[in-house]
Amino acid sequence: MNWIANYVRPRINSLFSKRDVPENLWTKCTECGTMLFHRELSQNANVCPNCDHHMNISPRDRLLTLFDNGKFTPIEIPKPINDPLGFKDQKKYPDRMKSAQKKTEADEAMLVAEGEIGRTKMIVAAQDFSFMGGSMGMYVGNAIIVACKLAVEKKCPLVLFSAAGGARMQEGILSLMQMPRTTVAVQLLKEAKLPFIVVLTNPTTGGVTASYAMLGDIQIAEPNALICFAGPRVIEQTIREKLPDGFQKAEYLLDHGMLDRVVHRKNLKEELVMLSRMLMGLNPAIKGDLPKPDSSENNE
Amino acid sequence: MQNYLEFERPLAEIEGKAAELRALAKTSEEMNVENEASALDKKAGDLLINLYENLTPWRKCQVARHPDRPHCKDYIDKLFQDYIPLSGDRNFADDHAVMGGIGRFNDQPVIVLGQEKGYDTKTRIERNFGMARPEGYRKAIRLMDLADRFNLPVITLVDTPGAYPGKGAEERGQSEAIARSTEKCLQIGVPLISIIIGEGGSGGAVAFATANRVIMLQHSIYSVISPEGCASILWKDAEKMREAAEALRLTAQDLLKLGVCDLIVEEPVGGAQRGRDVTIKAVGESIEIQLESLKGFDRKTLIADRRQRFLDLGEKGLTS
Repeated sequence: MNWIANYVRPRINSLFSKRDVPENLWTKCTECGTMLFHRELSQNANVCPNCDHHMNISPRDRLLTLFDNGKFTPIEIPKPINDPLGFKDQKKYPDRMKSAQKKTEADEAMLVAEGEIGRTKMIVAAQDFSFMGGSMGMYVGNAIIVACKLAVEKKCPLVLFSAAGGARMQEGILSLMQMPRTTVAVQLLKEAKLPFIVVLTNPTTGGVTASYAMLGDIQIAEPNALICFAGPRVIEQTIREKLPDGFQKAEYLLDHGMLDRVVHRKNLKEELVMLSRMLMGLNPAIKGDLPKPDSSENNE
Repeated sequence: MQNYLEFERPLAEIEGKAAELRALAKTSEEMNVENEASALDKKAGDLLINLYENLTPWRKCQVARHPDRPHCKDYIDKLFQDYIPLSGDRNFADDHAVMGGIGRFNDQPVIVLGQEKGYDTKTRIERNFGMARPEGYRKAIRLMDLADRFNLPVITLVDTPGAYPGKGAEERGQSEAIARSTEKCLQIGVPLISIIIGEGGSGGAVAFATANRVIMLQHSIYSVISPEGCASILWKDAEKMREAAEALRLTAQDLLKLGVCDLIVEEPVGGAQRGRDVTIKAVGESIEIQLESLKGFDRKTLIADRRQRFLDLGEKGLTS
């Protein structure tokens, strides 16, 4: 039409839309403050290349880095009743759910998948801290029950990545009841003599720590992860004294005998495979490159 | 001297006046105040019924925490004969917040466990206000194992604000101890009956109350978080505890509808603190009935029953 429509308006529009581009491309390390380019960060599985801080990673990205060739089958979780108590604080619970779903593009706070890691069949459950603080409600309970039952059915190990502030208050007592519910599920797995490996990630607190996340056959944590029952702020308010450096961090728990291992994210896959195969009485995994997804499918 | 709750203040005034009148009458013989005094008594009685007929959830929390309610120790003293306390977790210490031992319930030897809050400043500090540390849960685990080995039913009396949030407790594995205690509850092949006698505070309560039957007193509460804690997180204002208590649906009546508790034991008018013996007796009768109902089941069935009870939770909500 004229130069205003063709040239000026797109320029003005692009000025505004450009605004959110840098926020998406760059992430600030929450520990050392270094600005990190998104590709660099995701190639490093969300570990800061500068200070080695393990940042949150979405369950999807976690599973992509873990499963061979990034291939896995997500498992459907039975949906619990929606908003069982009709809970309303400053916001209605269903509204909080909707905004969490929009923000994370996930249904709920846990993803369960099946596939092969280091050519070893495994079930993996990963909790999503960005979804309402990873909080454990009936859905998360159902997810763990499904994951345990599936592991029993497929006779394979369950690896669980925990990340949660605790129980989901909006489901009241029903969230608390997920502590015994998930414990029953873990017992099914243990009775079938299958490995339950827990990887505690930052942060794992409250009712989650006080149930399935502390019942692993092997307890692994990511470096510097906060792991506790009562958070440091609550304790400081109660005992009114400063807590020691590194209190309730993974390394501190390791020192106090609460964990088997603290493992860097880049070494996690190999270690999970080694542990699972030894516990399952399998031969050592074949090392080296795995066949590319396309070539193996073409061969069949 | 009676301890009045905040919402009972009008009642305290009337009862105070009646007592004053009677005291006055004692000083001079010609004064006859009995008519007036009994009118006040009647007024107080009506008010009490009125106040307790429709307790709001927040008032229920206050009643559940009332210092004069019968505590774990009172139930043990009255309901269990030949009670011998058993101490320690064999690892670190004996946790005085947790009472535990062997005794006879109507001749039947049982293991009894519970949190004790204490009744005055000295005992409250000694008991750590009923907030257990890892040692307490590990003692419970040890005694449940003992029960399992000798085929003794387990009775747990739950009354705790929650597990103790402290440095030492965290260092010694508070979360692991709670998780293992819940796990142990689900493993033992003997009847396990829990009674929430006051406050069922979060994970610290679950570790004792993962039972075949969960009984609640009429004005007891059981919640994922205290109303004050919930208010400060979700409302960013600890003063909004009334709203939080409402939203959490923590009363025995709501929990019965959700299937979290199996039955409610009625309290006398004005709460358990106004009729301690009656309450203890009613709880005893309820335990007796529940023990009887679990008699004759083998280990496997008892374990399966307990597991299924918890797996099934969440099938009914309060809104639908």
